[in-house]
Amino acid sequence: MIELVSGNPVQAFVQQVVSGLASGAVYASLALSLVLIYRAMDVANFAQGEMAMFSTFIAYALITGFHLPYLIAFALTIAISFGGGVLIERVVIRPFEGSSVLTLVIVTLALFSIVNGTAGLIWGYVFKTFDSPFQFGAVHFQGLYIGYQDLGIIGVTLVVLALVFVFFRYTKLGLAMRAASLYPEASRLLGVRTGWMLAFGWGISAAVGAVSGMMIAPVVFLDPGFMQPVLLFAFVGAVLGGIESPLGAVVGGVLVGVLLALLGTYVPGGENLRIAMGLVVIVAVLLIKPAGLFGRSEVRRV
Amino acid sequence: MNARVAGFPIYTLVMAGVALIVFIGIPLTTNSFQTFQFANVAAFVIAIVGLNILTGYSGQISLGNGAFMAVGGYTTALLAAKWPLPFIGFVPYGYTIPLAGLVAALLGFLIGIPALRLRGIYLALATFALALAVTPVLNNYDGFTGGHAGVFMKSATPPFGLDLSNDQWLYFMCWAIAAILYVPAFLMLRSRTGRAWMAIRDSETAAVSSGISLAYYKTLAFGISAFYAGIAGSLFVINNAYVDPDSYSLALSLTLLIGLVIGGLANVWGPILGGLLVVWLPYFAEKSAGFRLGPISLGGKPDIEFGIVLILIVFFAPNGLTGLIGRGIRWYRSKRDAGRGAAPLPAPAVLEEATQGGEPSEIIG
Repeated sequence: MIELVSGNPVQAFVQQVVSGLASGAVYASLALSLVLIYRAMDVANFAQGEMAMFSTFIAYALITGFHLPYLIAFALTIAISFGGGVLIERVVIRPFEGSSVLTLVIVTLALFSIVNGTAGLIWGYVFKTFDSPFQFGAVHFQGLYIGYQDLGIIGVTLVVLALVFVFFRYTKLGLAMRAASLYPEASRLLGVRTGWMLAFGWGISAAVGAVSGMMIAPVVFLDPGFMQPVLLFAFVGAVLGGIESPLGAVVGGVLVGVLLALLGTYVPGGENLRIAMGLVVIVAVLLIKPAGLFGRSEVRRV
Repeated sequence: MNARVAGFPIYTLVMAGVALIVFIGIPLTTNSFQTFQFANVAAFVIAIVGLNILTGYSGQISLGNGAFMAVGGYTTALLAAKWPLPFIGFVPYGYTIPLAGLVAALLGFLIGIPALRLRGIYLALATFALALAVTPVLNNYDGFTGGHAGVFMKSATPPFGLDLSNDQWLYFMCWAIAAILYVPAFLMLRSRTGRAWMAIRDSETAAVSSGISLAYYKTLAFGISAFYAGIAGSLFVINNAYVDPDSYSLALSLTLLIGLVIGGLANVWGPILGGLLVVWLPYFAEKSAGFRLGPISLGGKPDIEFGIVLILIVFFAPNGLTGLIGRGIRWYRSKRDAGRGAAPLPAPAVLEEATQGGEPSEIIG
């Protein structure tokens, strides 16, 4: 994305780290949306990437079809995604609450299939370009070139993360949602509608995922499969940070972004091997420190 | 209905006869495309039997069995059409089939070792990554694999001067191999090994305290599952006389899981229904709804139909179509026996279920 001018190896390294931060921010926000659902119901949502893909297509349709300005389309997409997430939880997921891991994995994979097929049906499989909301160009700083696009992605992600944090930490609804996922029985006795809290969780998660899709879409091309690698790297980030920890997901996602940028630069053929690298990191983390960087180790009562 | 011939109930013999007539009749009455599709069904059946052993019986969720199919498929294609061996030259495709199974099994064992420490959702994640990694890795080492362009093979012709068309030969070969591979799977699942797998699936802790070696049985399940997937991958490549990295997308691994769940998890007959469904549902969906599909049903799938059917099956019939059929038969028998005034004990059905052990009342993760 950024032309390397300097011959200084340290500068080149820092340059790659900075551009890794931008894609890392995207992985971080999708990883966060995965963790939000994982904490609420102990399932890794394999459809998360496809939901974000669909949201991005909605933004695309609003911008190119309805000629809405970017900001309005952005806000509308987030609102629609929230509604869609709530709807999916109510209709598809709710009947399977408390089912086994395998059942839930199958249901989210079915959802993956449905969302992917629907997007293909509506928008086809031809690559589309999604215009960037950020200006073309770069900031020059100490011999580094930092693209406006990268800065924009990082900035938007930081805002989203801050909003999510404030929501869960300082609002009554956020508190109720945390209570519902930690102590469902007690929360229900205290009058929290735990079923709806779960649905809101899916809604927020879909909205955060939508942001990640809209941020990465200008960098890659838009087609029904474009979020699958992003989903994988988000999973890698979530596992690296500890799949139960929102902070871990963010840190893990950013680390994965930086790691992949360095891999692409310093390993020949590294571009093609990115996904294989994701596999290696997942397996390595699970073997060496299964709880991840920020997770608590699992205690199993027999 | 109690009459027997040579120890078998007449009913069973009649059913077996009908099955045999249908089996031989299919390639004689269908056109060459349909015969070819039914040959692909056999390959899918083999792959799903493998996944059934791993996910259905030993309870390890695998979203990555497509990777083992890729290894099998590429073993066949590379040996038969790209890399001649010293002194031997190109290996005839028939010999590459068992080799494909063995190479895939080796990879399966290797992957089974780290998988020992992963359970439930983590194993699903790791195998998901495995499924996604196949295509880019194959593309990356294009000097060895042929990359995007793929590898073309000569189409398989009937040996021994058999008077069959190519597609009919593929059909009989694939189904013969499927039948041969069904027997050891069937026997294994009813033996000590199969019981150990089910014990592990139902409770690892209980299995270990009964003296079952987790390490041995779990890696064994991975290896055998990969062996079946490797053979299936090899047959696919032989059927199509072509292989390329895009054939092994995530969609292939998902197709196997879809076929298994819809056919019936942990049911011996589930893979047959599953195989029929994953090959023919896309075809009929295309005909009925005008879905755009590639030349082969592997390329584009009617994902929406599969997704909806999958959710309905998991909700209404967790034991899949075979479970549904079994329930129907039991219901019919109990009606019939009650009508005759025979002892209306539910015992036979319950007993059958218990000894088969194959149908968990709920899908177990």
